[in-house]
This record gives sequence, C-alpha cells and structure tokens, in this order.
Amino acid sequence: MNDVKFNKIIIFINSLVPLALLAWDASRGNLGANPVEFFLRTTGVLTLIFLLVTLSITPLRKYYGWNQLIKFRRMLGLYSFFYGFLHLITYSIFDKSLSVSAIAGDIWQRPFIAVGMFAFFLLIPLAITSTSGMIKRLGGKNWQKLHRLTYLAAIGGVVHFWMIVKSDVFYPLLFGIVLAGLLVYRIYLAYEKPNLQSEK
Amino acid sequence: MISKKPSDIKSSEITDEQIFLNRRNFIRAGVLAGTTLATAGVYRFINPPPPKAVVTAEIQGITKPTDFRTEEKLNTFEEITNYNNFYEFSTSKTSVARRAENFITRPWTIEVGGLVQKPKTFDIEEILKFSQEERIYRFRCVEGWSMVIPWVGFPLKTLLEKVEPLGKAKYVAFQTLYDSEQMQSSFSAGIDLPYVEGLRLDEAVHPLTILATGLYGKQIPNQNGAPLRLVVPWKYGFKSIKSIVKITLTDNEPPTTWNIAAPREYGFYSNVNPNVRHPRWSQATENSIGEYTRRETLPFNGYPDEVAKLYEGMDLKKDF
Repeated sequence: MNDVKFNKIIIFINSLVPLALLAWDASRGNLGANPVEFFLRTTGVLTLIFLLVTLSITPLRKYYGWNQLIKFRRMLGLYSFFYGFLHLITYSIFDKSLSVSAIAGDIWQRPFIAVGMFAFFLLIPLAITSTSGMIKRLGGKNWQKLHRLTYLAAIGGVVHFWMIVKSDVFYPLLFGIVLAGLLVYRIYLAYEKPNLQSEK
Repeated sequence: MISKKPSDIKSSEITDEQIFLNRRNFIRAGVLAGTTLATAGVYRFINPPPPKAVVTAEIQGITKPTDFRTEEKLNTFEEITNYNNFYEFSTSKTSVARRAENFITRPWTIEVGGLVQKPKTFDIEEILKFSQEERIYRFRCVEGWSMVIPWVGFPLKTLLEKVEPLGKAKYVAFQTLYDSEQMQSSFSAGIDLPYVEGLRLDEAVHPLTILATGLYGKQIPNQNGAPLRLVVPWKYGFKSIKSIVKITLTDNEPPTTWNIAAPREYGFYSNVNPNVRHPRWSQATENSIGEYTRRETLPFNGYPDEVAKLYEGMDLKKDF
C-alpha cells in the first residue's frame, strides 16, 4: 500500500465522519427539536464545504506546488455530490413528501429553491463524467471545459445559502469570500501565464 | 546524520521486514484513528449538545380556565427551550439557550406610557402578583414550524386597564431590552435593535392576547423571553415580542423590526395566513415540531372564530 492510497483512505473515512455522527445522533434522537431542518442544514453546508475544498486543489497546487493533491480531487468532488444528493433527498421526502407537483411549485414560487436545484443539477453531469474512462472518452480538454461548471455550481450553492438566511449573512458571506478568492486566483492565473511567456 | 554504506550495516541492525510493516501499519492505524477523532471533535465543537435544562421558580396559584386551551399534544419543555428565535443572543435557534444562560432579568421594570391617563413603571415582581392563568396555545413561526405551548400569563388587557388608555390611543408599541453587554450587536444580528413590535389596540385587548410570565407552570426561561413576553397566538411568532421593557400607546402604526428589515416579506399585521406566500418558507404547510411530515397551516393559526371579526372589510392579502 503506497502513501497516496493510504491518504485516500484517510480522506474517505474522514469525509464520512459527519454522516456517521448525524446518523448516530439521529438514532438517539439527539438532532434537536427540528431534526429534519438540522439534517438539511448540515448536509447543505457539507456540500458547500466539499465543493470549496475541491476548488482549492488547483490553487494549492499552483501556489505551493503540492501536485499530489490532484489525486484526491475526484473523491472530494464526489463527496460534495453525495452530500448534495442527501440534502435534496431529505428535502424531497420530509419537506415535500416526494410529491413532484409540490416540488415543482416550490421551484416556481421560491427562487432559493430554484437556484439550489439548478446548482445540484449542474453537479450531475460532473459526477457521471468523473471516471477515468469518461475522461479518456471526452478527451482531457473537453473534460476540463465541462468541469468548469463546478464554478457555476459553487456560485449557485453560495447564492442558495445566502437566500435562505433571514438576516444573518455571516456564514454565506464567509463561503462567498472563500469562493471569490478561489475564482479570482484562477482569473489571475489565466492572465498571468501569457505575460510570463511574453517576457521570455 | 551520516548514512552508512550498505556494507557497514550489520545484518542484526536491519529491521526485520515483518516488524517494519507492522510498525508502519501501527502508525497508519494511529494516524487514521487520530484524524477521525479530530474530525469528529470539530463536528462536535460546531454542533454541541444542548445545555442542561434550566430550572426556574414555580409560579404559585395558577388558574386553569377551560377555554383558551387547545387539546393538541404539547411540545416538551426541552423542545420549547432549545429551539428559539431570539436574535439578540444568537441567530441560530439551537444556540440561543446557551447564549442566554446568564441573561440578567432582575431587577426588571416595564415602563408603560404614551397616550394613557396614568403612565406607570411596573416592577416585574408586581406583575408576577397579577392573577396568572395557563393558556395552551398553538405557536406558528413564520419559518414554517410550529409548537403547542402551555404558557402562564395574564391578558394584556389587564395591564393596559391599569394605565387607562386615552381615547386617541389606537396602537400599542412594544420594545425589548437591548443591552450590548449581554447581547450581540445589531450588526451581527442583522436587524435593527432594540427589537420593536406593535399591535392595533383592538388586537392588544383581545382576550387571546396575553403577556406570558411562565411556561409549564414555571417562570419563563431566558431563551423564551424572560421575564415577560407577549403571546399573540394567531400571528406569526415574531410578533410575540420577548423580554419587554417598554409599552407605549400611540395614535399611529408603530414601526416593527421585521417590517423594517424586509417590508415585502413581513407586514405589520403578520396574521398566520396560508394564502399569503413567503419567498422562503411555505405558509400553506408547517412542520409541527415532533412530527416528520408537514401538516396544513390553518388561517389565523386555528383561531378564526375568535379573531376573524377584527379584520372585517380588510384585504388580508394586501394588509398581510
């Protein structure tokens, strides 16, 4: 077993810890007065955290040269999808009793639901094309282009979070600032590269 | 460190491969367990268990009138005291109990004035001597959840009669304590503080409208608005202002905190109304705390027979 493999196991297990604790607390009736809301909020925040961690891999590689990190990016991205899926399923079952018309009505009447739903649906093609086989089939360039949808999904996720809070925007703002930093760094890289070449 | 040439190393110094692998696995198991525990610790730090239930003094001589009580199943004391909107302490409903633990509620006075014959500042101890009764009310939050709560209190009318409102008085304005040493800033709460609310005078003197001094037979815990709060069961919960220090009778509609913050979302009346949509929460259904599926929300939160007549001739979709 090499170190990358072992590190993958560490990340895999640690990423499941919040879910394990949620399940443990739920089984003991310890999720508080409104367990559904707590589960929804926690899975939603986890989706965003994993999305932002996934988006920080490239900046960390470029800035610190930690190229090994690329080996963990797929798993982190898939965890974001996984927690987003739990978030959507919890909402669909407990809030909407799996009624398609109720969900459609909600999307229509409540912009924050529409935005959140949009962001999640952007993640679906990304999860499907996350395998090595799919990367080969699409070709690296195309795959990379497609996976830039992550930026839009992350923006959508943060906006969705912003829209649900009543007045205290601290956490949505925090996520927004981190996301803005990660995106601005990419823009900086895109403009920086041609300059370096022209200097040579 | 000087590294030895392979020929310098005695075979007895070389760690046996099996031991090397065991040691490596042992370290790995340690790293795995350590990181897992650390992650669990971070999760627990962010989501701490609720504090121990507060114990407050019993209220003596509570009467239990047979009207004014719903027959629905009561929410537990634990639910009622660990899921609170009280932005002065925290914007997280599950954190209010902890943050309000050391809130000082004695001495406490309530200044009642404005358009009245006999303005007066009441001491809370005097108010606690008013005859107290139990009222079991449904409580519906604008966020789409609800509870059934056994309040202890008395009609607001009782207090208003003592100061003799003038004929000009049309509205009642309420104000919560704001103490920056005990409470967070307006900036972090995201709303203007002190928190203010208001009722029309006929709403204020309605028999359902009470000032609550307790719940479950004991003095009201800090997180629920100690030592004195308003309860208006047919309106969204944010109308039922907590920890009141000032009551003023006015001739104009008083400003109200959530209306100032988002006028298109929260009206002055804010009667529970399944037909008036909200951009974030369903007002047609509600999550009754303790249940796992949503139920229908009732007009006026189930009190139309008592209060619908107050709004005759009004368009409640416009005056929401």
